[in-house]
Amino acid sequence: MSTVSISAADAFADSVTMLRRQLRHMLRYPALILTAAGVPVAILLLFVYVLGGALGAASGGRDAYVDYVVPGVILMTAATAAQGTAISVAIDMTEGIVARFRTMAIARVSVLTGHVLGSLIQTMLSIAAVTGVALLIGFGPSANAGEWLGAIGVLVMIILALTWLAVALAMAAKSVATASNMLTPLMILPMMGSGFVPTESMPTGLRWFAEYQPFTPFIETLRGLLMGTPIGDSALWAAGWCALITLGGFLWAKRLYNREPAK
Amino acid sequence: MTVDIGRSAITATAVRKAYGGHVVLDGIDLDIPRGSVFALLGPNGAGKTTVVQILSTLIRADAGRMRVAGHDVAAEPDAVRAAIGVTGQFSAVDGFLTGEENLLLMADLNRLPRALRRASAADLLRRFDLTEAARKPAATYSGGMRRRLDLAMTLVGRPRVIFLDEPTTGLDPRSRRTMWDIIRGLVADEGVTIFLTTQYLEEADRLADRIAVLHEGRLVAEGSPGELKRRVGAGHISLRFADRPGYERAAGLLDAVSRDDEAYTLQVPGGDVASLRALLDRVERAALTVEELQVRTPDLDDVFFALTGDVTEQETAR
Repeated sequence: MSTVSISAADAFADSVTMLRRQLRHMLRYPALILTAAGVPVAILLLFVYVLGGALGAASGGRDAYVDYVVPGVILMTAATAAQGTAISVAIDMTEGIVARFRTMAIARVSVLTGHVLGSLIQTMLSIAAVTGVALLIGFGPSANAGEWLGAIGVLVMIILALTWLAVALAMAAKSVATASNMLTPLMILPMMGSGFVPTESMPTGLRWFAEYQPFTPFIETLRGLLMGTPIGDSALWAAGWCALITLGGFLWAKRLYNREPAK
Repeated sequence: MTVDIGRSAITATAVRKAYGGHVVLDGIDLDIPRGSVFALLGPNGAGKTTVVQILSTLIRADAGRMRVAGHDVAAEPDAVRAAIGVTGQFSAVDGFLTGEENLLLMADLNRLPRALRRASAADLLRRFDLTEAARKPAATYSGGMRRRLDLAMTLVGRPRVIFLDEPTTGLDPRSRRTMWDIIRGLVADEGVTIFLTTQYLEEADRLADRIAVLHEGRLVAEGSPGELKRRVGAGHISLRFADRPGYERAAGLLDAVSRDDEAYTLQVPGGDVASLRALLDRVERAALTVEELQVRTPDLDDVFFALTGDVTEQETAR
């Protein structure tokens, strides 16, 4: 009898199958997508109309502030979506179907790649919705076609990193509630960077943190591509952070999945 | 023990598993011939599910050697996975997907040729009487329907060895009978080997060629249903008395195996016509007033009483 081995092509096919499973879940319960897009849209409107007048006073009023804040809100959308991913992974791991997958001759990690790819699509849709609303309320990006593509590429990179991290955290969590809570700091990080106000306006200690945490190069790169502000070495930092978080999240998640299910 | 690998679907030697300091399996040996139905009988918490989890590669044993469908469980888990199907006691269906989508998911993961996917799903839906519900989400299914879908999903990959972990626990009597018919059909039509766990002696009796009894991590008996039943005896007769004096008097006269002082009830071994007649004669002669009399066929309690002298605690937490 021949031994069974799982090739890279099989692993790819299994991941596509698992992605299809995720997309079906989404289509069956579209409320999840609407919530994922709804919260960031509300935050966008809140910042622009409630706080925008005051926050934009120094730089040219509410209209200038829309242009400033949108990249930060887009990153917050990605962070909110990562929390959604963590919750859905944590729920999935409690289901009998995942135990079934473990006893089948399939690429083990495909359950997780299915979640990550599904979340990538869902997050890009949410970001498209947020960007659409932003354009309606006066967001005026200066990006040309190439810069738009660049922005999409950067976002894909960032979402993959955040999602793999979310998957790993969800599997490390003992319950669905813990999984959700573990991701909350991720939603606050865009605010503690250059997303909503310039870091120069912060007290020294916080400012130091804001300048070195990953969301600041993420936001500066995205803002540079969309609005034409200087990017400098932010792109390099963003790429480095993404590579590090993606690899770390992937290896951690994979190890947690291969661990024996707890009794 | 001598093991003929060509003939055996499942073999296990000295399998042990402990969680922390708690020993769950304390040296299990198995040799299950191809094309047979094997039932592992035991109460909750006996370690039945752990045996299934180990043989189906879900968890690793601490010690022992096992082969399933010709492959070493520890060394070639993917080869074992390709040859087995598992239906656990907890539903392993995707509740968000419809019955048909669940089967198509299994078809994709088993890498069925594209042309066969839909035909295979339609065929299984028909066989398991799920055609009407095919396009409804599995979350809306009844317990019996979900269990049938679960088993149908297991069959998509055409497994040679099927593990059924308490396939009828929690089902109503009618769904249980349907499930039994399906399981018998699998062995007759496809020649698969079935490893079944159950808490019900009746279920093991009806389905299995061989039964092993698991008690505190060890196999305490193994044999055909007939052999096992001979060791267990005919069952017992339960007698309830109206008041304490009558009950106490009867307890002194009859050879009760167990007594319930609150319900004034005695359990007396026996259950065939001869033992029942003898018992009634003694009741008559002693002029005892019996409120209620029940003849019980042997159940798991009787098996354990006969084999270990212990009374099972059905609700023991695992």
